[in-house]
Amino acid sequence: MKHQLLPLLSGEVLEEHENLTLEEFCRVCRVSVDEVYILVEEGIVEPSGHEARVWRFHGANVRRVRCAVQLRRDLGVNWAGAALALDLLEELQELRTRLRRFEGES
Amino acid sequence: MGVSRDATQDEIKRAYHKLARKYHPDVSKLADAEARFKELGEAYEVLKDPEKRAAYDRLGKGWREGQEFRPPPGWDQGFEFHSGGGSGAAGSQFSDFFESLFGQGFAWGGGAEREFHARGEDSRAKILIDLDDAYHGATRTVTLNRTELAPDGKPKVTAHTLNVHIPKGVHQGQHIRLAGQGGAGMGRGKAGDLYLEVEFRAHPYYHIESRDVYLDLPVAPWEAALGATVKAPTPTGPVDLKIPPGSHAGSKLRLRGRGIPGKPAGDLYAVLRIVLPPADTEAAKAAYRDLERTLKFNPRARLGV
Repeated sequence: MKHQLLPLLSGEVLEEHENLTLEEFCRVCRVSVDEVYILVEEGIVEPSGHEARVWRFHGANVRRVRCAVQLRRDLGVNWAGAALALDLLEELQELRTRLRRFEGES
Repeated sequence: MGVSRDATQDEIKRAYHKLARKYHPDVSKLADAEARFKELGEAYEVLKDPEKRAAYDRLGKGWREGQEFRPPPGWDQGFEFHSGGGSGAAGSQFSDFFESLFGQGFAWGGGAEREFHARGEDSRAKILIDLDDAYHGATRTVTLNRTELAPDGKPKVTAHTLNVHIPKGVHQGQHIRLAGQGGAGMGRGKAGDLYLEVEFRAHPYYHIESRDVYLDLPVAPWEAALGATVKAPTPTGPVDLKIPPGSHAGSKLRLRGRGIPGKPAGDLYAVLRIVLPPADTEAAKAAYRDLERTLKFNPRARLGV
């Protein structure tokens, strides 16, 4: 009963945003424009649009960026190392999900 | 950190690096990785600096013996030191212990980047939902434990309950962003955002991969061999599913667009599992023997035996 009285919060699904501008992307990821340039250069994020002025970022990249920034800051890896770790982590996640399906059968 | 009291600075550094990789919240799957990583960072912050380590060694000892603590000169430089509050924290928790010693500025994220008017930290949490919620949308409550500063400046853990709308079509690993529901800002700074990572509760017969849903569908040997139309459950209600003749165990039948809704919607896959009828009656045994005689079937032909 108590919960009924709480206001209902509606959020947005981050990954559904497909057209974040550079400015919006920086704000959501909480990184600087300079850092985004590096991230694009390293191939950690791939915006659509051929030049920075018209770059558009996908919301699914926010998690990648935050993760890369944290790995670099906390573990002292460089950007290339963070990029590699990200790719491997995503692959691991995918495999774990698939494994769960097969193990669940027994 | 599991290092001995007389560990060298190099040993401490090595132990820290090893544990940091293990407990990093982006890498570890442990539920309490974030808390452990934070504790580790706090411990290392002290132990990596020989001066602070010496201070801690003395203090740590004094603390256990219940003696009065006298800080060595200069040890508290750069930290806000709560001399009065320290005694109240003579409790148990390592983390609280450090925080009461070094003040809140010592906390995760570092004091350096905090201004008087700073936006609050973004926080994140997991939200467990049912598959049905993703098909129809739902309202769920989440309870979060939050560390906040009490008026006396000491950190305090309080529980917050939020009523959250789960939008139709979310899938595993996506993040629902609730603006302004993160950590409180400092001064006039705005509150941070809260990110809820979507996770599905395990379902007895559906498995979810991204926007696709998998169902293990048991079929009889003759249904697979001869083809059949069978009833299959889907999250939106049962359907009649046509099994083509000559299907094998593991064959996937796709029901386009019957996965998690969205643009595009996911698919539902029925994965066939052939179930043998038990040979527990004379009639069943006779039927199996008939099959054996009629088919002359060697399942191991491809193994060369």
